Amino acid sequence: MENLYEITRDPISIEAIVKKVEHPHAGAINTFIGTVRELTHGKRTIYLAYEAYESMAIKKLAQIGEEIKKKWPDTRVAITHRIGQLEISEIAVVIAVSTPHRNDSYEASRYAIERIKEIVPIWKKEHWEDGEKWMGDQLEKVAYPTGKPPKGDE
Amino acid sequence: MMITLLLFAELAERLNTKEMQIDASGKTLKEVKEMVKEKHAGIEHVIDQSMVAVNEEYAEDTEVLKDGDVIAFIPPVSGG
Repeated sequence: MENLYEITRDPISIEAIVKKVEHPHAGAINTFIGTVRELTHGKRTIYLAYEAYESMAIKKLAQIGEEIKKKWPDTRVAITHRIGQLEISEIAVVIAVSTPHRNDSYEASRYAIERIKEIVPIWKKEHWEDGEKWMGDQLEKVAYPTGKPPKGDE
Repeated sequence: MMITLLLFAELAERLNTKEMQIDASGKTLKEVKEMVKEKHAGIEHVIDQSMVAVNEEYAEDTEVLKDGDVIAFIPPVSGG
């Protein structure tokens, strides 16, 4: 059984991730590709450094996959996130979702990336010409008041 | 009773370590946070913003620790 949820230090092959969700019952495969952006609010990024709590991150990616399968039956999900130093335009994350019908594949893909930004213990450090900073404020909101992220069904 | 505390991102950098053993017999996660804040000035705000995982699952501040637990301070995540 191949690993549907992975953290890697190597460049991600989009095709390899798509292959994992191919299925005769699928009528749609949606891929989301997250890339390193040069400009954020006018500030120029030189490169990004990603770090993960790897064992837990893989568990949480798998949890997202399970949440998706509950919400959109007969869905297949594969997610790979890269860590380490990434240059501008390099791929940080690839999400592939296959579903019987196309609408579900769009929705499930969107759900996956939003959940990654809520619950998966991966961090990025922005490196600018004039400094560096660990990013992260859980979906650009404040820290969770209960100290833990919301459950998938909330 | 010793537990392992894992640190990541800004917290690991500020404390200059990714892992520490702490004596936390019968303490809650909230008390562990307070202990670490007292010992390491200047990182209070990062700890306050952090979630905590016990054995790789997010846990409430009220959870009481058992011997051998591995806890992790999880600063606001930023994957994707």
